[in-house]
Amino acid sequence: MVLSKTSSQSDVSIHSTFASRYVRDSLPRFKIPENSIPKEAASQIINDELMLDGNPRLNLASFVTTWMEPECDKLMMAAINKNYVDMDEYPITTELQNRCVNMIAHLFNAPLGDGEAAVGVGTVGSSEAIMLAGLAFKRKWQNKMKALGKPHDKPNIVTGANVQVCWEKFARYFEVELKEVKLTDGYYVMNPEKAVEMVDENTICVAAILGSTLNGEFEDVKTLNDLLMKKNQETGWDTPIHVDAASGGFIAPFLYPELEWDFRLPLVKSINVSGHKYGLVYAGIGWAIWRNKEDLPEELIFHINYLGADQPTFTLNFSKGSSQVIAQYYQLIRLGYEGYKNIMENCQENAMVLKEGLEKTGRFNIVSKDDGVPLVAFSLKDNSRHTEFEVSDLLRRFGWIVPAYTMPPDAQHVTVLRVVIREDFSRTLAERLVVDIQKVLHELDTLPARVSAKIAATEEHDKNGTVVKKTAIEVQREITTAWMKFVADKKKTNGVC
Amino acid sequence: MVVTTTVSDSDEHLHCTFASRYARTSLPRFKMPEGSMPKEAAYQIVNDELMLDGNPRLNLASFVTTWMEPECDKLIMDSINKNYVDMDEYPVTTELQNRCVNMIAHLFHVPVGDDETAIGVGTVGSSEAIMLAGLAFKRKWQAKRKAQGKPYDKPNIVTGANVQVCWEKFARYFEVELKEVKLKEGYYVMDPVKAVEMVDENTICVAAILGSTLTGEYEDVKHLNELLTEKNKTTGWDTPIHVDAASGGFIAPFLFPELEWDFRLPLVKSINVSGHKYGLVYAGVGWVIWRSKDDLPEELVFHINYLGSDQPTFTLNFSKGSSQIIAQYYQFIRLGFEGYKSIMENCMENAKLLREEIAKTGKFEIVSKDVGVPLVAFALKDGSRYTVFQISESLRRFGWVVPAYTMPPDAEHIAVLRVVIREDFSHSLAERLVSNIQKVLKELDELPPRLSTKAAHVTDVTDETQKGNADQPHPKKSAMETQKEIFNYWRRISDMKTSGVC
Repeated sequence: MVLSKTSSQSDVSIHSTFASRYVRDSLPRFKIPENSIPKEAASQIINDELMLDGNPRLNLASFVTTWMEPECDKLMMAAINKNYVDMDEYPITTELQNRCVNMIAHLFNAPLGDGEAAVGVGTVGSSEAIMLAGLAFKRKWQNKMKALGKPHDKPNIVTGANVQVCWEKFARYFEVELKEVKLTDGYYVMNPEKAVEMVDENTICVAAILGSTLNGEFEDVKTLNDLLMKKNQETGWDTPIHVDAASGGFIAPFLYPELEWDFRLPLVKSINVSGHKYGLVYAGIGWAIWRNKEDLPEELIFHINYLGADQPTFTLNFSKGSSQVIAQYYQLIRLGYEGYKNIMENCQENAMVLKEGLEKTGRFNIVSKDDGVPLVAFSLKDNSRHTEFEVSDLLRRFGWIVPAYTMPPDAQHVTVLRVVIREDFSRTLAERLVVDIQKVLHELDTLPARVSAKIAATEEHDKNGTVVKKTAIEVQREITTAWMKFVADKKKTNGVC
Repeated sequence: MVVTTTVSDSDEHLHCTFASRYARTSLPRFKMPEGSMPKEAAYQIVNDELMLDGNPRLNLASFVTTWMEPECDKLIMDSINKNYVDMDEYPVTTELQNRCVNMIAHLFHVPVGDDETAIGVGTVGSSEAIMLAGLAFKRKWQAKRKAQGKPYDKPNIVTGANVQVCWEKFARYFEVELKEVKLKEGYYVMDPVKAVEMVDENTICVAAILGSTLTGEYEDVKHLNELLTEKNKTTGWDTPIHVDAASGGFIAPFLFPELEWDFRLPLVKSINVSGHKYGLVYAGVGWVIWRSKDDLPEELVFHINYLGSDQPTFTLNFSKGSSQIIAQYYQFIRLGFEGYKSIMENCMENAKLLREEIAKTGKFEIVSKDVGVPLVAFALKDGSRYTVFQISESLRRFGWVVPAYTMPPDAEHIAVLRVVIREDFSHSLAERLVSNIQKVLKELDELPPRLSTKAAHVTDVTDETQKGNADQPHPKKSAMETQKEIFNYWRRISDMKTSGVC
């Protein structure tokens, strides 16, 4: 909005930020502006625009950590100008990464001797970790097939249809075929038997998920291991397993230590985990751990003379910030085993509170299991009048972000709402959410049902001339009026934080 | 170090941090500790260890930004808990990324209309950007060959031997052959003529660098474009160009606007630039821009139903922080064109100052060019008495991190020191560096020359003559004695320690 009068130049410095001409001119959006502006103005402009983003802590869609202690924030800010890849210049930061790798490897029961260094690396997230692990499998398999004199141009990977998109990315970008085990109604993870059936001589690995994105379930890696070992004995193909423990890797060792899913199973050759999920660090850190040196082909590791020193590197990204690695180390020593255990137990309890609250409404089916990632996935018992998507939309008004989505094939007819319980989702927030969901259900009950093809079809079939046939326009008008009345009647709650 | 006395729990919170038992027990390094500890103790322990890291601002090896205004630091901290990939939840952050993409695209003269949106994406750095660009080229080339019914299993990429390691990574991980144009003494970038000669029907693209890591030089993209256009006419292969402008992309448009290296050249189909180099943002952001939709095969773009809404995504990384994207937008609107220009001019002036002072010592030959990334790369005129590696090590004593390295083939006999001039490398720091370099040279001049194989030969010869003169005393120094001499000399020097470390 450009005002016709201009402030004199000499007054610029004494104007309060909101009166200065900088916030009254509109900024170009597609081109870099010609001139500079004072830092206070720039800061204020951006800060104000960002007010319209969602509140990260009310984002119940994401597993990714949204709160850390102020002491850790301070460490992160102090390290924000350290380029992680300069290993020679920042040897301590590099050492901290190595300690994290070793701690996580031991957490996953990697078969290492005392004093033996683990094989692993810090990444930007599980996507990068999975791509590195997949690359290692692909290269190992290619070398094996070349040595046998067999064709090595059609590698494939066996996984469930519930995989997170990064597996599909890996498959598409690195030219590996993705063989997906389809889900079925009521069984939303990869079936180990079907998976092992799909394995052929071109399979570079079978990927199991510990903590499915959709409903938090842990896949039965032990059964998969047992069945695959039998098949390997018969075929001699030596197909390995990778466990995508993006969510579950920092939960299972604390809540279910007897559950065998990690390197205790001999066919598991690599595991990835997201530091920024239940590792309790802000977005931007993941870990890939290999069983031992043989599982990471040496030819993939680069030894470079960057800035004057030899640095072995196996990552896709090069320069990146050091803050998250330092934050991960902080968490590991600050919390220790008991701290993580307490936090996970707390998350489980809050998940139960939410689950019971939802069950009490009598309107929902709980799709998630009690054991697994602390989340609650639920669908409407009766979704003929209103869908889960409408519930999700209405919850936004209160500030909550609760996603709704359909299951992958072959269960696309099932739609769920999913609430992820993170460290900072307290019991009081859980109770408030239940109250708000009840409010939303109440509102939806008073609304007419959505217009559907079914209704239009039934109108057409009525032959009686006196029936008031509603045209599409009339039906829409009716709905609009109902909504307008609805909004006008509702007293706005102050639900948005 | 475990102390045998234990502190009773009830007194714990009274103890000052350094007296508490947490700072006195040694932490396990390979296993998670069993118990928790107070946050103050954890903070102090980590903070203290990190004191031994180098000081980022004295790290003259890196192009990556090491200082931003406090207002921006505040914005960064406020958005540190936003997961960038949640586009639906953080629509404004997503909008800011799109604005940055468009701003950069226009900076590079992308041929889009004023209201048309540019094709590009924010990445974690130029490595990811280059991999995405390379993937796009590979896929396009494969589709073209399939349509022609020709083999498509041996793609290659032509580039100079001066490429940064991420190109080699791309080649190795994505199974593309890397055909490198070798350098030679005095010519440390890719020769366009040789590059175009190397192009064959399996070449997915030719990669030129704007701002070589080694010497800061800009490659002659215009010339490359002309030669390649001619070759394309005769062969019909339609080989495109990618410009790796990791460093130069935020310098050339401000200092050398008439230099044609970007989308003004018709064969340039994609460009990457590092936001965290001269984009003046902390480590963790890069950008890749494509010329048009046709240059980014649709099959590579994922449309996913993540957390309930459709999100088109073409990146290797998924979840990551939003802070650097917001910081990049801050810099664009805070500085504007004139701000970036001022900063780059300042860097060039400081580079010029450093270059002139170094040349004045008379001991060095300047290897970098005046036009290019603001850095000074210099080699010793006489490398027989001591090497640039020794200078580099000695400078560390003063706190400076100045890397020394050898050139890639075929110029491996040349070793250089390189100082990168960033925004926060002021005039006074430049003068101090020169004075420290002069001190180091003086020390090294007084040192006996390194023990080399030549000296060993001399010893052998002396040995033989000894045999002939058994009863004559000889001043033969054993290797041990010579080393002792050097060791003592160095110790004398280090006793004269200055307070150089900041």
